[in-house]
Amino acid sequence: MTDAIQTPMPSWEYAPAPESTDIVKLADRYGLFIGGDFVDPKSGRWFETINPATEETLAEVAEAGPEDVGLAVDAARDAGTTWRGLAGSERAKYLFRIARALQERAREFAVLETMNGGKPIKESRDIDLPLAAAHFFYYAGWADKLEYAFPGRTPRPIGVAGQIIPWNFPMLMAAWKLAPALATGNTVVLKPAETTPLTALLLAEVIREAELPPGVVNIVTGAGQTGAALVAAPVDKIAFTGSTEVGKLIRRATAGTGKRLTLELGGKAANVVFEDAALDQAVEGVVNGIFFNQGHVCCAGSRLLVQEPVFEILIDKLKERLQTLRIGDPLDKNTDIGAINSRQQLDKIEELVASGVAEGAEMYQPFCDLPERGFWFRPTLFTGVSQSHRIAREEIFGPVLSILTFRTPEEAVEKANNSPYGLSAGVWTEKGSRILWMAERLRAGVVWANTFNRFDPASPFGGYKESGFGREGGLQGLEPYLAFDGGEI
Amino acid sequence: MSQAAEITPRAPGSLAPREAVRLLARVHAVDAVGLEGRAAALASRSIKKDAKLWALDLAIRCMDLTTLEGSDTAGKIVALCSKAVRPDPVDPSIPSVAAVCLYPQLVPVAVQELAGTGVKVASVAGSFPSGLGPLDARLQEIRDVAAMGADEIDIVLNRSLFLGGRYRETFEELAGAREAAGSAHLKVILETGELGSYDRIRQASVLAMAAGADFIKTSTGKIGVNATLPTALCMEEAARDFFRETGRRVGIKVAGGVRAAKQAIQYLVVLHETLGPEWMTPDLFRIGASSLLNDVLMQIDKQRTGRYQGPDYFTID
Amino acid sequence: MSRVPVKRTAKLFIAGKFPRSESGRSYEVLANDGRPIARAAQASRKDLRDAVKAARSAQPGWAAMTAYNRGQILYRVAELMEGRREQFRSELADAGASDPDRGVDAAIDRWVWYAGWADKIGQVLGGTNPVAGPYYNFTVPEPTGVVGVVAPQDQSLLGLISRLAPAIVSGNTAVVLASERSPLPAISLAEVLATSDVPAGVVNILTGSTVELAPWLAGHMDVNALDVTGVPADLMAEVQTLAAENVKRLHSAPTSDPFSASAQSPYEVTALMEFKTVWHPIGA
Repeated sequence: MTDAIQTPMPSWEYAPAPESTDIVKLADRYGLFIGGDFVDPKSGRWFETINPATEETLAEVAEAGPEDVGLAVDAARDAGTTWRGLAGSERAKYLFRIARALQERAREFAVLETMNGGKPIKESRDIDLPLAAAHFFYYAGWADKLEYAFPGRTPRPIGVAGQIIPWNFPMLMAAWKLAPALATGNTVVLKPAETTPLTALLLAEVIREAELPPGVVNIVTGAGQTGAALVAAPVDKIAFTGSTEVGKLIRRATAGTGKRLTLELGGKAANVVFEDAALDQAVEGVVNGIFFNQGHVCCAGSRLLVQEPVFEILIDKLKERLQTLRIGDPLDKNTDIGAINSRQQLDKIEELVASGVAEGAEMYQPFCDLPERGFWFRPTLFTGVSQSHRIAREEIFGPVLSILTFRTPEEAVEKANNSPYGLSAGVWTEKGSRILWMAERLRAGVVWANTFNRFDPASPFGGYKESGFGREGGLQGLEPYLAFDGGEI
Repeated sequence: MSQAAEITPRAPGSLAPREAVRLLARVHAVDAVGLEGRAAALASRSIKKDAKLWALDLAIRCMDLTTLEGSDTAGKIVALCSKAVRPDPVDPSIPSVAAVCLYPQLVPVAVQELAGTGVKVASVAGSFPSGLGPLDARLQEIRDVAAMGADEIDIVLNRSLFLGGRYRETFEELAGAREAAGSAHLKVILETGELGSYDRIRQASVLAMAAGADFIKTSTGKIGVNATLPTALCMEEAARDFFRETGRRVGIKVAGGVRAAKQAIQYLVVLHETLGPEWMTPDLFRIGASSLLNDVLMQIDKQRTGRYQGPDYFTID
Repeated sequence: MSRVPVKRTAKLFIAGKFPRSESGRSYEVLANDGRPIARAAQASRKDLRDAVKAARSAQPGWAAMTAYNRGQILYRVAELMEGRREQFRSELADAGASDPDRGVDAAIDRWVWYAGWADKIGQVLGGTNPVAGPYYNFTVPEPTGVVGVVAPQDQSLLGLISRLAPAIVSGNTAVVLASERSPLPAISLAEVLATSDVPAGVVNILTGSTVELAPWLAGHMDVNALDVTGVPADLMAEVQTLAAENVKRLHSAPTSDPFSASAQSPYEVTALMEFKTVWHPIGA
């Protein structure tokens, strides 16, 4: 025994803790889900879907052409009479069945979600799947209560909804789209994103097992062409979640058609930290805000606005925290940051990050080994960013945080709102009156105060300005799927 | 990896009262939901195989094997010391625990039993567990246990003063205790279950660290609310900022209610990802427990043999 | 010797002022029987630009007023219209209204009805959401900003007010394209607004060619929403296409008959609002 200070032990390496993939039984090939059956595409075309963490092919998936989309819309149209004719209480039971089946098979869905999309298993397991089931459960309960939702109005279904969803939360977005549409008596043609079709196809299996009448839900896989075919098809409504660029294309494509439209588009959220904030929790909120799901989140807190007195300490704490982030195998239960969803997305992130460096912002990345194969990007901070930098204006949709400073609440609001987007915003302060003052002024559909990236089926979600229109979730999430007397176009 | 705790020389003493007040005024608020969310996220870490064995070994080396009953006898202490030195009589690879923690009257028994083993003797003092005896008597008790040979002294924060807003007096009492403890390590028990909020826990942590505590400790084990993961996280975040401000590393002791190996691992994960590898040592982390040790031993055995264990195969002392 | 009446010059209403069109253009307004009754300013895209600018600068102040205050201000519009009802009646008669008195009554009452919604809309259509976690979560409707209103060609008074009142009661400001054929009631309304307590810029009224101006309004990047009720059918696709540029919200009247029961509804107010949802942890 000596009195010398003992040298720290070798650092504690967590052993790999991979979730088993045995629970997932993949077919070699998946057809289109039309009229209650999986069918081969009339287009005759198939495409491969991969695991972005390994670049291995998982399965072949049908590519729906215009004819296939037309058949799916016909099936949905045919099923509409039956479906809307059902009492709400009976429609509800089908949705409850789906919710329960998702809970039962949550592990299987979570593993597949992670395999196909690259997100950490702890997120697909603890967030995506529980929330997806919860959405079905929540909207199931609305199916026979719609007359209470809109005082003074008599709601009715719209008809056939074409729904186009993104690759960042494949299963959750399917639930956000399907649950309210079905609860309100509409039938659906759903198009999953081309890089992440597999959980939607597994959901088709669940839908079949839940014995939904054939054609109530149809799922057509494919890329942008398939989406364009769906937008052009004789549907009554288009609901789209994705980039602002594509949202505008859809707005133009549906102009003059009378199709109803809701858009949930991009964002460049400001996350505002005041000097009196609970700093250690703010650090967690900032990290969760931008690194959740590799930053593939439309409402990600991608612009950090820090009040100058705490800039230094917050950056120190953030950098320290970044070193503890675990990046790698998405199936490992301890992984914090998984794979970038696709080569294309990785290219986009790299291009924007290079622009940040070129424009003179200072970049910080923690050291960490990246796997050899697959698509990866280190968590990245940029300081010395000004409002005019591309990395402060454009949606990067990756694990990249741009950090700016402010002096007064007015300046924070001005900078936060200085964007064509308006999806979400964050505020960190211990002062109640300031929270409400900020919440009132931030031009964003969701304001998280002293928290970030929280979601709930009862909570409406959607944007201001170029982040889209219409709300998903909550009572407000019913309206986009209902017609009333006259009104919206 | 079987050595008991190495104790660093006594840390530089208390800060000046003015400096302590300055630190206290700068304490950041704590958001309860955010803190608990972070602790829950860390608790869901999956620690397997070698990493688990490593953690279990460290949990033993960081353990303050504790008995604080009015019915404790010399005989019980002798047995406890034996268990502390050789937790598993048939397995020499199992390390000794860090310390045995007991009441003042029994210190001489433990000092004698543990001489030369590397296992430290820790004693509560200062009118444990209320801390509300006369100040002179409390300081005298601290001096007495130090004189009896206790290596470490666990005292309680004066919650009466602290919750009454009398921070200067609270600080001065703690600084007095620090002085009275002499070369012994001083652990200050905050009794977090009585402080009412994480903000107060964080403030109390800062006050105790500023007064020169070598460790801040969650609980006495004598009230309903013991150590919790968010409480430990809160104190560790305070210690992290204190280190940033002063360059001094203060240890963390969780006590009360830690009975399962799984809990111990969760505390180690929170420690690891909050204060980093430097704190992963008995010099800076302790778990005060009585029944935890056997569960850790069972888990080690499970890891090594692949069989689930039964309590009859582990000694009770 | 009989007195020669003083005729009114019908001008634009921008930022609380009554300018002529910067283009120097005006057009002849005919009564329903073909009789020329006035000349109205024919606004240009630059007038429209100025009107949007005025609406934008007035918007934060209007939205920041208390709902109670906005409600009283709109009620005051009804009071002032009542005082000028003879003027509105004769303009409606000229425009060919079958029952001008009924039209004026309904238009005044519509202001009163919507004025009362100012401090109730959030209560009726917002609320708290029971999320599964330790968070307080509430949703409030907020004004969307600057709203373009293409007023219907028919029902030049009630039709206009049925679109304008729900647009501004929530705190939006508006740029109105008045009925091209019968702009005079809109001009008279502007004169009422100018002497009311409605702050300058909250309502801006342009007269002129709908076909010429509507696309500029639809394509304007600082207009957040557009009420397209008065957009001619053959112009709708172009307007919707242009509206894509900044993802404008589009809305139209629930009915073409502003006298029908469904013509006034709190949903006409929220259609031009944004639902904002706020989360905060609940912890001690």
